[in-house]
Amino acid sequence: METDKSKIGSFIFNRSVQGAFYQLITLGLVALGIYYIVTNTARNMMERGLASGFHFLGVESQFDIGMTLIEYSPTSTYFDSFIVGLLNTLLVAGIGILFATIIGFTVGIMRLSSNWLIAKIAEAYVEILRNIPLLLQIFFWYFAVLRALPKPKQSLELYDSFFLNNRGLFIPDTVFGEGSSIIFYLLCLTIIISIGIFIWAKRRQNRTGERFPAFYVSAALILSTFIISLAATGFPVSFEYPELKGFNFKGGVKLIPELVALTFALAMYTASFIAEVVRGGIMAVSKGQTEAAKSVGLKQNLILRLIIIPQALRVIVPPLTNQYLNLTKNSSLAAAIAYPDLVLVFAGTALMQTGQAIEIIGMVMGVYLFLSLFTSLIMNLFNRTMKVDGER
Amino acid sequence: MSTTNKEIGPPVIELGVMGWLRKNLFSNWYNSLLTISGLYLLYILIPPLVNWIFLDANFVGSTRDDCTNEGACWIFIQQNIKLIFYGLYPTEELWRVNFVYLILLISGIYLLIPNLKRKGWVGAFLLIIFPIICVVMLSGGLGLEAVETRLWGGLFLTLVIAGVGIVLSLPIGVMLALGRRSKLPVVSLLCTIFIEIWRGVPLITVLFMASNMFPLFMPEGVNFDKLIRALIGVMFFSAAYLAEVVRGGLQAMPKGQYEASQAVGLTYWRMMALVILPQSLKMVIPAIIGSFIAIFKDTTLVLVIGLFDFLGIIQFVGTNPDWLGFSHEGYVFAAAVFWVFCYAMSWYSQRLEKKLDTGR
Repeated sequence: METDKSKIGSFIFNRSVQGAFYQLITLGLVALGIYYIVTNTARNMMERGLASGFHFLGVESQFDIGMTLIEYSPTSTYFDSFIVGLLNTLLVAGIGILFATIIGFTVGIMRLSSNWLIAKIAEAYVEILRNIPLLLQIFFWYFAVLRALPKPKQSLELYDSFFLNNRGLFIPDTVFGEGSSIIFYLLCLTIIISIGIFIWAKRRQNRTGERFPAFYVSAALILSTFIISLAATGFPVSFEYPELKGFNFKGGVKLIPELVALTFALAMYTASFIAEVVRGGIMAVSKGQTEAAKSVGLKQNLILRLIIIPQALRVIVPPLTNQYLNLTKNSSLAAAIAYPDLVLVFAGTALMQTGQAIEIIGMVMGVYLFLSLFTSLIMNLFNRTMKVDGER
Repeated sequence: MSTTNKEIGPPVIELGVMGWLRKNLFSNWYNSLLTISGLYLLYILIPPLVNWIFLDANFVGSTRDDCTNEGACWIFIQQNIKLIFYGLYPTEELWRVNFVYLILLISGIYLLIPNLKRKGWVGAFLLIIFPIICVVMLSGGLGLEAVETRLWGGLFLTLVIAGVGIVLSLPIGVMLALGRRSKLPVVSLLCTIFIEIWRGVPLITVLFMASNMFPLFMPEGVNFDKLIRALIGVMFFSAAYLAEVVRGGLQAMPKGQYEASQAVGLTYWRMMALVILPQSLKMVIPAIIGSFIAIFKDTTLVLVIGLFDFLGIIQFVGTNPDWLGFSHEGYVFAAAVFWVFCYAMSWYSQRLEKKLDTGR
């Protein structure tokens, strides 16, 4: 008898048995919860006469979108509106990331300046911008600044080619004439050749220690090919400038005020976070590194290029990509000022018209989820390649 | 030739104000150039701003016609102050909101004053009894007139959403973090999926989901209030972020702490509650407060699903025909209030960080 009891006891108190038991319970509860939600949803949808599934994607959308990067009209399908929204989101994220990086690195380096005033100005920038909600900043740039700009006739202008007014920002457009494709292909070719030169130069330096001015050679190669091919084909690339015709501008590229306000706010806000990332990264390189580099006789610019920047980048890049991801996700605030991004077009208008809440929200969330998971995958690969031997 | 041992001081130019200026602002030609351009930047920014906000501003009056000066028209804020702070909450019931503020203020001050005893009790009161008081006082019950949540608004609503989000998301976040680090594969996988999904999507889609999909999830007849739906969305969203912060703290714990507590025979939950969590949470307090600041700023997004929080109400009063054209004042005021709140939180976290930096 006693042996039986102790057998049961050791069975109950066995770690792995307990673990399996808890896991079964968890799994059961989660499955129950999901089952509850799914049955409720199915019944609710049946009562509202909603068919589930993605058939609605092929149906005519019957609404127009204020800004489209591809052909789009009210006769296009809901799937087209999804693509339009997605491209608009990627556009605003792309421009935003570019400017946020430029401003962020500048401010971050300014904060480390030996000049007291410059460091303080940069600190004030960071402390003010990152403690004010992004949505408020977007509203400010959109409603209080861009909407309050003068009419097209009294536009603010720069060099007669950039115009800013309450209809948006008008910039010159590049027109590619006949023969410009040849230039494009030649450029691609020279870029490939330069990459080859870099690889060869690096290998040669590793082997023999001799240095080769790869940067200057390839820059000269690309520039000269570009200029010669331009001249040979008779300058087919030209600019089309915006012109005031009647009450509005014609020609050039028009950036709608929503886009300008959104990019501006996103870039300024994210830059304040990037500045901190950059500052932290540079400060993480210990002072001994600089001193050691100086003592082996490296020049100041070489110390920066070969010692400080590579080490700082290792620290900077992961949080920097995180900020890029945040910017992309934050671009969904576009919905609040009616910039036609993915959320506004698809989760807003299309959802309102079709009522397919689950499919549409699922697709929108899926896009953002894909972007984040993809980025973290790249980051993990990056961390693996950048890891110094012997580091944990 | 007299050789004196008198110490030769540094040149006058290296001392005092002159020395400081020379060292920090004019050490070489490009530093001088930077200083001068910095000064110029401040010159074109600061004086017009100060003039607009203070010197040329209008403070006294009751209508827009009283705004005769060039600068900001603060009468706009002054006349709408009730809306901005309390939304459409009935005027005769405002004492209830103020009463809640008062309790919060008193216990907050008590917690901030150093060296007072029984802080734990005050904290427990704030976390357990205070929320019940809030629900009764704010929404009605026990003889108090009911106030529907659609009347809630302004800074009050912002504080409610941020407060609930912060208080409820921390325990959920801790549980999720423990779950993700669990040795049980099913638990760990489920927690990881949950965390990554919420962290991977923008809050705005979470709110859209909360307002459009939650009603579909519920059985017939069960209808959540719009505010509660938003609260649930905000809570899960911030819990996922907090979970990652807490996980960072758990990972930073030396392995010896786990082994030692197991060696003295503590069970899993006791080990976590008594040894691991107190230490690892302390380590990540700055990051937790950083998340709180983010939640606070993110509450502004609820305006896209039709709740009038602080920013929403300021946007709304700006569309009142009597007060058109004063959006600048509204935004500057909102920015100032948000800034004070966020900056206070980050200042407090820095203070706490220094204070808790014991040992090591």
